[in-house]
Amino acid sequence: MSVTLRLPTVLAKAAGGQTVHQAKGATVGDVVADLATKYPELGTRLRDDKGQPYPYVIFYLDDEDIRFQKGFQTPVPDGAEIVVVPAIAGG
Amino acid sequence: MTPSAAAALHAPRAERPVPGPALSPLTCRLCGAQHAPAAAAVCEQCLGPLEPAYDPVRRLPGREEIAARPRSIWRYREWLPILGAPVLSLDTGFTPLLEAPALAKALGVRRAWVKNDAVSHPSLSFKDRVVAVALNAARGLGLRTVGCASTGNLANAVAAQAARAGLAAWIFVPEDLEVGKIVGTAVYGPNLVRVRGTYDDVNRLCNQVADRFGWGIVNVNLRGYYGEGSKTMAFEIAEQLGWRLPDAVIAPMAGGSLLTKLDKGFSELSAASLVDGEHPRMYGAQASGCAPIVNLVEKGGEAIEPVVPRTIARSIAIGNPADGRFAAKAIRTSGGGAAAVTDGELVEGIRLLARTTGVFTETAGGVTVAAAAKLAREGKLRAADEVVLCITGNGLKTVEAVQPALGAAPVIDPRLREVAALVTAAH
Repeated sequence: MSVTLRLPTVLAKAAGGQTVHQAKGATVGDVVADLATKYPELGTRLRDDKGQPYPYVIFYLDDEDIRFQKGFQTPVPDGAEIVVVPAIAGG
Repeated sequence: MTPSAAAALHAPRAERPVPGPALSPLTCRLCGAQHAPAAAAVCEQCLGPLEPAYDPVRRLPGREEIAARPRSIWRYREWLPILGAPVLSLDTGFTPLLEAPALAKALGVRRAWVKNDAVSHPSLSFKDRVVAVALNAARGLGLRTVGCASTGNLANAVAAQAARAGLAAWIFVPEDLEVGKIVGTAVYGPNLVRVRGTYDDVNRLCNQVADRFGWGIVNVNLRGYYGEGSKTMAFEIAEQLGWRLPDAVIAPMAGGSLLTKLDKGFSELSAASLVDGEHPRMYGAQASGCAPIVNLVEKGGEAIEPVVPRTIARSIAIGNPADGRFAAKAIRTSGGGAAAVTDGELVEGIRLLARTTGVFTETAGGVTVAAAAKLAREGKLRAADEVVLCITGNGLKTVEAVQPALGAAPVIDPRLREVAALVTAAH
């Protein structure tokens, strides 16, 4: 599956200076792993040493928080968009 | 659209600098990395939250020096991240601390006080404190446009203070906010945008907005500065109690920042030898329809499990709280606790506070009072305790919540005998 992954600007430096990337994978975790292969420095910012997302980095798959789905095991449809956002503040 | 126009739309936009106060540098709460002052809330190294780094050997004022200063949040300026003189929102803060003997009796505690931010200047909620700090940070960073993602109170505070400061404002709120909060924002003339979705959807959007347009979104990329304003509520409580600490403090929890910063504020006063007494036990209150921090306190662990909010307490309906784990840690470390209450209980909390103290609070305040009652019933608030309840917003903003629970007032002709009949019936 080919998907678009959008990073916050703060992570662009670790991803070749770009915030928008094309990556492949059957699950969100696979997509992150694919991108981490290209940008190892980015990989350590998106997942912990157990390969899981940090509690303060949120992944949205087509606008849905993956924590309400299957986390990194959430299947990714072809053409989907994953948005990475730091944790959310109060209002 | 041409390729160059599309590129311009998607490029971050820098704004021209305007002279303002110098700001504290920032440090990552997780990895300790140092950052220069910036409109940035997360660490480049680990995405952890940034917070101001204060000079540990800076000169601190004593009690008398603080007492001689104007009654605003800025009397505690050495503990705020604006270096030198603030230039905006100089008259926010120093709200009343009301002793509430009838409420203490109802709760079964020795003494109780209400920290009444329902009358905060200018927008009737504690958000005035954090916005005052954030707008000075925006000015210090040379930003001309500010904004926020809001459940209502923050929208009111940003709109009011930005209008006075002459800053452009973009304010994003969930579509279904209470009318009082929509009107209380729109009247100041900001760019007000209602978003289809929950607060968490709005906040996610604002993360992207801050990234794209380079504006100062107070609770996103100015969050490190903004949050420090909440400490002033702790400073005021201690000073108004005669420079001593209460046994217990109860505050509503949304993103978890207020409770975390209250805890930090009390610790900073102790470190500066300004107060007497033990650190208060910290108690957090949430609506049971949106209680991810209470759940974390009760279940243990480190990671928040997000929820989809279902409560009338919209001002604290954040299912995905950024500072939830820090709030839970402060609660545990202080020996406090947490409680969640139903929507029915929070309405009773609003009415109990009104009947016993003469203070009309919004739904978040109702949650705080109802949680205090629940904690007292459970024996977590004790008979010998001195307790402060943080009432963070004004009831006139959410009349819809309490109106159905109130009886209709009688309508009479202007005749004395009709009043007499009512008086007789009342007895």
